Amino acid sequence: MSRLKKPADLKKLKKEAVARRGAKKTWLAVCTGTGCRAYGAEPLADSFEGEIARRGIADTVGVRRTGCHGFCERGPLVVIQPEDTCYLGAKPKNVPDIIDRLTTGEGNVEKLLYLDEANGERLSRLEQIPFYKHQKRILLENNVLIDPSDILDYIAVGGYSALAKVLAGMAPEDVLKEVTDANLRGRGGGGFPAGWKWETTRDAPEEPKYVIVNADEGDPGAYMDRSILEGNPHSVLEGLIIGAYTIGASQGFIYVRQEYPLARKHAERALDQAREYGLLGRNILGTDFSFDVKIHRGAGAFVSGESSALMCAIEGHVGEPRPKYIHTSEKGLWGKPSCLNNVETWANVPHIINHGAEWFGRMGTEKSKGTKIFSLVGKVKNTGLVEVPMGITLRDIIFKIGGGVPKGKKFKAVQTGGPSGGVIPESLLDLPVDFDELTKVGSMMGSGGMIVMDENTCMVDTARYYTNFLAHESCGKCVPCREGLRQTLEILNRIAAGRGKEGDLALLEELGEFMEAASLCALGQSAPFPVLSTLKYFRKEYEEHIREKRCAAGVCTELIAYVIDQEKCTACGACFRNCPVDAINKSKDKVFTIIQEKCIKCGACYTACPDKFSAVVKVPATTMQKQSAGAATLHETKA
Amino acid sequence: METINLTIDGKPVTAEKGTTVLKAAQSVGIKIPTLCHDDRLEDYGGCRMCMVEIETKRGRKRLVASCVYPVEEGLQVQTNTEKVRKIRRMIIELLWPAWQPYAEEYGVTSSRFKTGMTDCSLCGLCVRYCADVKKANRIYFEGRGVDRKPALVEGSELQCRACGECFTLCGSGWIASRC
Repeated sequence: MSRLKKPADLKKLKKEAVARRGAKKTWLAVCTGTGCRAYGAEPLADSFEGEIARRGIADTVGVRRTGCHGFCERGPLVVIQPEDTCYLGAKPKNVPDIIDRLTTGEGNVEKLLYLDEANGERLSRLEQIPFYKHQKRILLENNVLIDPSDILDYIAVGGYSALAKVLAGMAPEDVLKEVTDANLRGRGGGGFPAGWKWETTRDAPEEPKYVIVNADEGDPGAYMDRSILEGNPHSVLEGLIIGAYTIGASQGFIYVRQEYPLARKHAERALDQAREYGLLGRNILGTDFSFDVKIHRGAGAFVSGESSALMCAIEGHVGEPRPKYIHTSEKGLWGKPSCLNNVETWANVPHIINHGAEWFGRMGTEKSKGTKIFSLVGKVKNTGLVEVPMGITLRDIIFKIGGGVPKGKKFKAVQTGGPSGGVIPESLLDLPVDFDELTKVGSMMGSGGMIVMDENTCMVDTARYYTNFLAHESCGKCVPCREGLRQTLEILNRIAAGRGKEGDLALLEELGEFMEAASLCALGQSAPFPVLSTLKYFRKEYEEHIREKRCAAGVCTELIAYVIDQEKCTACGACFRNCPVDAINKSKDKVFTIIQEKCIKCGACYTACPDKFSAVVKVPATTMQKQSAGAATLHETKA
Repeated sequence: METINLTIDGKPVTAEKGTTVLKAAQSVGIKIPTLCHDDRLEDYGGCRMCMVEIETKRGRKRLVASCVYPVEEGLQVQTNTEKVRKIRRMIIELLWPAWQPYAEEYGVTSSRFKTGMTDCSLCGLCVRYCADVKKANRIYFEGRGVDRKPALVEGSELQCRACGECFTLCGSGWIASRC
């Protein structure tokens, strides 16, 4: 294939690409994103290909290995196009059956379709499934349609048409106006208007200027950016090229973390292919505009997602934030104006150019426009990636799309905004998802992590988990963040171990306010949010830990004890076999008991005890201390 | 030379464009406490002792580290408000007992936190002096977050003892005790 020599050439190429896709009547889109790969999507795709070859129907049926479809809970996912029949959890053994139905046209493989628990109905089409039905998929839509390693697939669905439109006749000012009017706000967490950032970099006097993609996604449980870069890398690249044209940059960077090998591979391939077609490099689409991109691999530091730290890392220094009273948009990489946006932000750009700021502005709330992708994880039925219009309520995301909390458990809280976000209790679930609304209640939009917690979650333990994460992921440069986190963690550990003191909560709050006010970068300034928000909404739980030495959720190991209910125990021996420290007494008669002195509270017996017996139970440790030492049982403690 | 007019603690100050609030304050004899600052080294902004309250011409109020905040026309700076003093007291408490030069001035006699978790304030003076002034790069930080600590490049003890220039910069005596 030869290079595209002018913007209009893209149309011709698109026609060819569309025709190529149309040559086959049916496509099996097998999700081979990281999640589905773990479920065995690759062998599944292989067996589809094998079966198709064996039956000699390769002329009409094709297999397309796509990026993440989103419904990760139920992978591997297969969507049969153009009917959009969605199979969940397909295995290689189902392949002949699926192909049979395809070739004969006789219905679907019912057992692999989504089961609507409400009425027992099987739903065949993707858009009928509640998980997809309530979403508004703009950035993720093409993930189901294209092979991310094939630029022609992207072009066939309209890819690079925004770039062609820009280069065919939009001045940089026009592009800037469109992005500014759309009020696209940074999806990495801060919500800073992208248009302002672009303009600041563009207007900064120094040259050269740089544009950077921040793909250093590091929030626990969050994988929005990974899935875009894996599933549709060209959309990010197209946005970046348009940004570079607008700002006047000739060099760009994609900072992608080392832990995302597939995202990196697909991004690298996308760069190669874009260069081959003249969409990147010298004289893009035959115009005077030249721009190229390098991939920089992150070395595993969470703090490198912070803009100034990220730029330090690209320069080859340790990734530590610099004081930023002068923005990186003016003095960034090597002291030059640098425009850094997150993966999702860049991926929005081609859509805004194609459909206009007015279209974009129709979605969302007054100050937060467009859609946002969340990774909905934790104690929720439908784990996965969801793209929703801004302004949707948390309740709709968690219950309509997420299907609520599994196993009949009660919803307790949702944590948004990554490790330094806050927890939001049930009373605030009708809050619209919007940058400013989430900040108001002590959490934040962050980059889109959304962790659902049920009644078995302890809020002290939750705060401790995030504080521990941040204490080890802070760079350690400034005193408030480093020492503040060290002492916050110390106090939380103390409380979780039943050694909390009166006054600890006031001290935590004072530390939190100090860190927020005095830390050098956003990591430290937001690091106390998990503690402050849990204190705000679940203070009673902290007080129970301190005063009653009780963890109601039964999570803090030093405050609980495991005992065996004598009446329920059938002496099946599961607990005995799984105990790593021989702390279970196999008595002559039918009941087993736990020797409290030996027990390390690992919970292996609790997990091993079959659900139908549920004989191993958690009780507050204080009840055990009142007992005489020895092999206590539940009934002794009840006595 | 382009000059900037601002007020610090109510006092009108004229400073060179590009200079920091800390330097502008020092030029008129207003003392702001510092830990990680040294005139010979690049401004670092790590210890946060030099935080001050500012109000910009547009009326925006905030707390900033004066050692890295550039002077602005019409800026009003308060170097010793209760908010600022509270932050400084907290920093002294958090570093207790490794660094106490301002303890008396700020009325700190003990710490409410678990102490003795570090014998180094991690101000980075030795690291930066060795790298930027001596160009020797014999001392560096290893680890990050709460695990961050200074470390000598293996086999440097003799050279470091012979040079010793950073020993006097060190408030806690960490470096001298290791060479």
